Amino acid sequence: MPIIQKRDPADFIFSVVTAIASLTVIVLIIGIFTVLVRESSLSIRTFGVIKFLTSTDWNPVTNSFGAATTIYGTFVTTFLALLIAIPVAIGIAIFVTEIAPNFLKSPIGIAIELLAAIPSIIYGMWGLFTLAPLMAKYVEPALQKSIGKLPLLGILFQGTPMGIDLFTASVILSIMIIPFTASISRDSFNLTPSVVKESAYAIGATQWEVVKNVVLPYSKLGVFGGIALSLGRALGETMAVAFVLGNNHQITTSLYDAAATITVSLANEFTEADTDLYLSSLFYLALVLFVMSFIILAIAKFFLLKAEKRYSR
Amino acid sequence: MNHEKKRKLESLMALAFSTLAAVFGLFWLVFILSDVLIHGIGALTPSLFLNDPSPAGVPGGGLRNAFVGQLLITFIATMIGIPIGILGGTFLAEYARGTKIARVISILADIMVSVPSIVIGTFIYAIMVRPWGHFSGWAGAVALAVIMIPVVMRTTEDMLSLVPWTMREAAFALGAPYYKVIVQVVYRGAAAGIFTGILLSIARVAGETAPLLFTSFNNAYYSANMKGPVSSLTVTIFQYAMGPYDDWHAQAWAASFMITLFVLVLTILGRIFIKWRYQ
Repeated sequence: MPIIQKRDPADFIFSVVTAIASLTVIVLIIGIFTVLVRESSLSIRTFGVIKFLTSTDWNPVTNSFGAATTIYGTFVTTFLALLIAIPVAIGIAIFVTEIAPNFLKSPIGIAIELLAAIPSIIYGMWGLFTLAPLMAKYVEPALQKSIGKLPLLGILFQGTPMGIDLFTASVILSIMIIPFTASISRDSFNLTPSVVKESAYAIGATQWEVVKNVVLPYSKLGVFGGIALSLGRALGETMAVAFVLGNNHQITTSLYDAAATITVSLANEFTEADTDLYLSSLFYLALVLFVMSFIILAIAKFFLLKAEKRYSR
Repeated sequence: MNHEKKRKLESLMALAFSTLAAVFGLFWLVFILSDVLIHGIGALTPSLFLNDPSPAGVPGGGLRNAFVGQLLITFIATMIGIPIGILGGTFLAEYARGTKIARVISILADIMVSVPSIVIGTFIYAIMVRPWGHFSGWAGAVALAVIMIPVVMRTTEDMLSLVPWTMREAAFALGAPYYKVIVQVVYRGAAAGIFTGILLSIARVAGETAPLLFTSFNNAYYSANMKGPVSSLTVTIFQYAMGPYDDWHAQAWAASFMITLFVLVLTILGRIFIKWRYQ
C-alpha cells in the first residue's frame, strides 16, 4: 500500500467515498439480477424454467407465454451476423496490420472505429428505409435463384422476399459488429512481436503464411475474446434489428420470414403489456437475456485476460 | 504449377480477400453516412428546431421538444454518471491498486459496459417508473447514467494507471496526504485522458434508444418537466420512422443526422484530444 504518512481524516473520507462509488458496479449487477428475478417471479411460478424456455407459444390473448420463439430468433440473427462479420472483420484486421501502406493504416483504423460509434438506431432506421427495399428487390431474389435452388440450403430461402425478415436483420447486425470485432482483432494482431514475424519471413514464408502460421496462432486468444464480445453485443442489440424484424413470434426455417428476438419483443411489447402475467413474462425474457449475455461476456473477458497475461510474459 | 508458385498465388488471394474485406467495411460506412447526410440535410429546416410537433398526420411542425428533452436527459445523466465513474475509477487505480477487489470490480465493470441496454431499461422501469406510477425524465436520465458509470470508471482507471508512480512519490515526499496527491497531481496528469473518456461516454449514451423506451418514454408536447414523460430524439426517431407519414420520416432522418453528427464530432474530438496529449 502506498500510504506512508499518517492518515489524514480528509484522506480517509475521500477513500471511503471513492470506494462507495466503485461499489456501485457490484450493487448494479446484483440489483439488476434480483429485481428482474423479483419482477418475473409470477411468470416463473406459472411456467417454470424448462417449460418457459421450450414453449413456442407466445399468446397475450390466452395468457400463455413461452420464450422459445424469441430465443430462436435471437440465436439465428446472432449466428448469421457473426457468420458474415467474423471473416470480414479478420480480413479488415489483416489488411490494416499487414497490407495497408503506413499512411493508410491510421485513417482506415479511425474510419472503422467511427462505424462502431454510430448509434444503433441509425443502423436500424437506415436498414428500414434503405437496406430492406434493396434486399427485397435485388439481393434476396438473387439468392433465391442461386443458393435457393440447392438441396438442403433451399429451405432457408423460401417464401416471398419482403425485406422485413431474419435475413435483413442479420445483415444489419453484422454491419454493426464488424468494426467492433475488427478493432479488437487488430489490437491483438499488433501485439505479435515483429522479431517472430521477421524470422518467418527470413526462412522464406509468404505474407499469408506469416499471417496464418505466426500472427493468427499468436493472437488467437485475443481474437476469440473479440468474437465472444461481439457475440454478447449482438445478442443484446435492440434498435438495429427492431425496425426490420417484424416482431412475429414464430419459429421458421426460412430466413425470408419475419421473426422476433428477445430484445425486439421487449421494445415492442413492454409498454403495451396489459396483464401482470404478460409484463412478468417480459421481465422473465429480460432476465434470460441478462443471464445469457452476462455468461458470454464473462467468457469473453476470460479469453481477453488470458491473452493479456500471455502477451505481457 | 510448381509448389512455390502455388504458395505465392495462395498468399496473393488471401491478401486480396483481406483488401476486399476492408473495402467492404468502408463501403458500409460511406453508404450509411452519405445516406443519413443526404436525407438528413434535406429535411433540416429552422422549423425543426423552433416548433413542437404538429398533430399526427398534419404536415409541418418540428422537434423542439425532442431536442430539449434529449439535452436535458443527457445532461442530467452526465451529471450523475461522471462523478460516480471518476470517483470509482480513482478507487480502483489508487486506493485499491493491485488488490483483488479492484480486479473483480474492474472485470465486472467491463462486463457491465456490454450488458444489453434494454435490460437496463427494464430494470429502471421496475425500480423507478412503476413505483412512481408514471414515466419520467429522471428515470431516463438514471438509465443512461447506469450505462455511463462503468464506461467512465474503466477509462479513469486506465488513465490514472498511466500516470507514473514517481510523480506520486514526489508529492508524497513533500508531505502531501494521498487525497491531495490524487486531486492535485494524478488528476492533472491524467486530465486529457479522463476528459476523452467523458466525451466518449457522452457519445455512447447520446445515441441510446432502448433504455429510454420504458423510462422517459415519449411526449408529443413540449415538456421540460423531468418528473413526467420527456421526449427524446432517439425515441422520436423510432416512433416516427415506424409511423405512416412521409413528413415523420423526413423529420426522423433530420433527427438521425443531428444525432450522428453529434456523436461523431464527440468521438473525433476525443481521438484528437488523446492523440495531442499522448502522441
